[in-house]
Amino acid sequence: MTAPALRVRASRRFGDCVALADAALEVAAGTVHALCGENGAGKSTLMRVVYGLERADAGVLELGERVDLARHDVAGAQARGVGMVHQHGMLVPTLTLADNAALGHEPVRGGRYDRAAAARALVAAAARLGQRLDPDALAGELTVGEQQRAELAMVAARATRLLILDEPTALLAPREVDALFAMVRAFAAGGGAVVLVTHKLDEVLAVADEVTVLRGGRTVASWSAEVTAAEIARAMIGGEPPPPATRPPPPRPDAAIGLAIDGLVVPGPRGGGVVDVTLRVAAGEVVGVAGVEGNGQRELALAIAGLAPVARGAVAVGGVDVTRAKVAARRARGLAHVPEDRHRHGLVQGASVADNVALGRLGEVGRGALIDRAAVAALTAQLIAAHDVRPADPSARVDALSGGNQQKLVVARELDRPGLRAVLAVHPTRGVDLAASARIHARLRDVAAAGAAVLLIAADLDELLALCHRVVVMYRGALVGELTGAALAAPDARARLGAWMVGATP
Amino acid sequence: MTGRARTIHLAVVALLATMAVGSVLMIVAGASPLHAWGQLLRQTLGERQGFGQVLFRATPLVFTGLAVAVPLRAGLFNIGGEGQLTAAALACAVVAAALPPGLPAPLAVLIATAVAFLAGAVVGAATGAMRIYRGAHEVIVAIGLNAIIAGVALWLGNRSLFVGESTRTATIPAAAQLPELGLAGSSASVSALGALGVAALVAWLLARTRVGFTWRMTGQGLDAARAAGLPVDRARVWAMTVAGGLAGLAGAHFVLGHKHAYEDGLGRGVGFLGIAVALLAQGQAMAIIGAALVFGVLGQGGLAISSDVPKEMVDVLQAVVVLVAAASLGRRKR
Repeated sequence: MTAPALRVRASRRFGDCVALADAALEVAAGTVHALCGENGAGKSTLMRVVYGLERADAGVLELGERVDLARHDVAGAQARGVGMVHQHGMLVPTLTLADNAALGHEPVRGGRYDRAAAARALVAAAARLGQRLDPDALAGELTVGEQQRAELAMVAARATRLLILDEPTALLAPREVDALFAMVRAFAAGGGAVVLVTHKLDEVLAVADEVTVLRGGRTVASWSAEVTAAEIARAMIGGEPPPPATRPPPPRPDAAIGLAIDGLVVPGPRGGGVVDVTLRVAAGEVVGVAGVEGNGQRELALAIAGLAPVARGAVAVGGVDVTRAKVAARRARGLAHVPEDRHRHGLVQGASVADNVALGRLGEVGRGALIDRAAVAALTAQLIAAHDVRPADPSARVDALSGGNQQKLVVARELDRPGLRAVLAVHPTRGVDLAASARIHARLRDVAAAGAAVLLIAADLDELLALCHRVVVMYRGALVGELTGAALAAPDARARLGAWMVGATP
Repeated sequence: MTGRARTIHLAVVALLATMAVGSVLMIVAGASPLHAWGQLLRQTLGERQGFGQVLFRATPLVFTGLAVAVPLRAGLFNIGGEGQLTAAALACAVVAAALPPGLPAPLAVLIATAVAFLAGAVVGAATGAMRIYRGAHEVIVAIGLNAIIAGVALWLGNRSLFVGESTRTATIPAAAQLPELGLAGSSASVSALGALGVAALVAWLLARTRVGFTWRMTGQGLDAARAAGLPVDRARVWAMTVAGGLAGLAGAHFVLGHKHAYEDGLGRGVGFLGIAVALLAQGQAMAIIGAALVFGVLGQGGLAISSDVPKEMVDVLQAVVVLVAAASLGRRKR
């Protein structure tokens, strides 16, 4: 048996926080190895150690031969044939793919940059992975999926031993995921090793030969044979996974319209935004908006929330037009907003949990010009207890909470309040662990069952298929397709939605 | 509370740095640091007259310090204290001098103080409105307004308001003059007590009221505050308005409690020094009182030892405090 392409054991602390506690990983050449774990399990830290971006406090690293971890850096990792593709692309948008590929390694002929050689090298590298690409295309004009495939080809051209992909599919449509994974398989078939960092179990089962699970910085399980999603999930969370989300009961046929969007046009960056969207969500109904990121979902959400100016069209909550209303008036009308960016729009990071509760609930805790501190304390304690926010300390600063607990706090503040008519939830479980996701899904289900109209904007089709009565697809600023009822439950629903997400017409 | 601990920590560091730099300067000037510091402290905190002068110097700094602290908490920087103070002092002196004779003293003081607050508030409101509704940076606007107000005040004075060939307006009636505190002939007046009360009021405003909450949330997370429906634009204009009024109270202090008229150059530099006071106090309203006293001691103490050490040393030491405070503020933001 030959030496593995990668063997690593590492420990790493950040202050009091243990990121890696002797985490171990071994990857054989010619295999795709999935590295799984919840947020904060240490997946990314371990891979950053391997790629030389992060120092280990102690450990062993072998890349074919023993590597001195104390002197290991990115240049050393690259020299040993290690490459890494990051979740958010690293391409310069104003350069062509060939120029991007050549950056820092420009081929030279006669003392000048040889652009043609760079283009030939990139095309050849992509072809080895079964991809065709246009080396003269500007990176910024490609879709996220095309950029990611191009980047993978560039990195793979240099990385002969080991390719690391850190959550590469977070921003991709299903069809683009398939194309990316085909390249990954081709790379492994050529003898290279791949580490795929992910927490999406269906991807693991689809593409990986072997699986290692980290939890709390330790390696808790490793399989090189058949394994089920349930087994991986149990290892990831160290117990039984929460039951999958379920759809709320269907809305009554005579239900009033909770949220109405009519001919909405919202300008966005580079001519994007919302081109023309009309959508009605009945009280008690959950409507999902699927789509590849950047197709106008953000502008749609901000316009409904009152945070982006509307060029044309109307938004109504509970039958009352709020197109020009201030945020406070929309909230008073019963609109709740779980924003896409909880750091920026959801919570005041430097303020306490209690202040952040008061922030969205001033109507309940205000007494004239004053704020009733007893009411703030009571409401905060109630929300913390009901939504299991940890630490259960109203005076804790929000930026000391984990991402999952921050999101639980936002959801608690926004959805656990009286008089809800319409709920706008944008990527509500992104970056949130399984247990917290399950709580958030249950909460969305409950508010719908209680009569709120829920508009759920998400990239995760599993989430949309599980929770929604109806799913529409947003593409280039418009709604291009809709599945409901039996069509949504049909086995081909994913494929149909996925096709619409990349521009196929229904 | 972490905010309080941070403020205390900063105060200790600033004092140590100030004493270190001051000692070096004293040695360079040929004085014994031990002797000079001893003199400085004895003549400011060790005797009634000196302490009265410290209070007199600290009082307007409390007002201008608060005038920086309130916008600071709301995410704005008010360097317009100079102009706000000048506009307020001139308006206060002119109105007070024109008050009908026979007006009871409390009413006269109240009216004159209210005029000062309003005049400063108008300047502050203009600055805030330019920032929020026109997008002009409040620092640039304040620089412009400071210059305009200084020029207009002098022009108005020379044209009609100054008495005779002087650069001083008519003396205000006795009813509008604030009584002195009676600290061994020092200049400290009851406005020092007013400063204490106003600082407590601002602290209460920040901690307990809707508008104070909105200021704090806006300053710490503008987008999140907006997304939660807080009136962030209105609140920021109000923060600058109140700040202008607070700086205006410093003008009232000089007119009603000391000069009993407006003079050219009255309160000059006090608006800017308020920035240093607010930074040292990290924008915490009650800490402003302590910070203002530190600057009062430095200012008065510098005079006390001016036979041993050049009086410019005080300017240097005050700047050291500002630098330490500014560096600490930057660290908090990281």
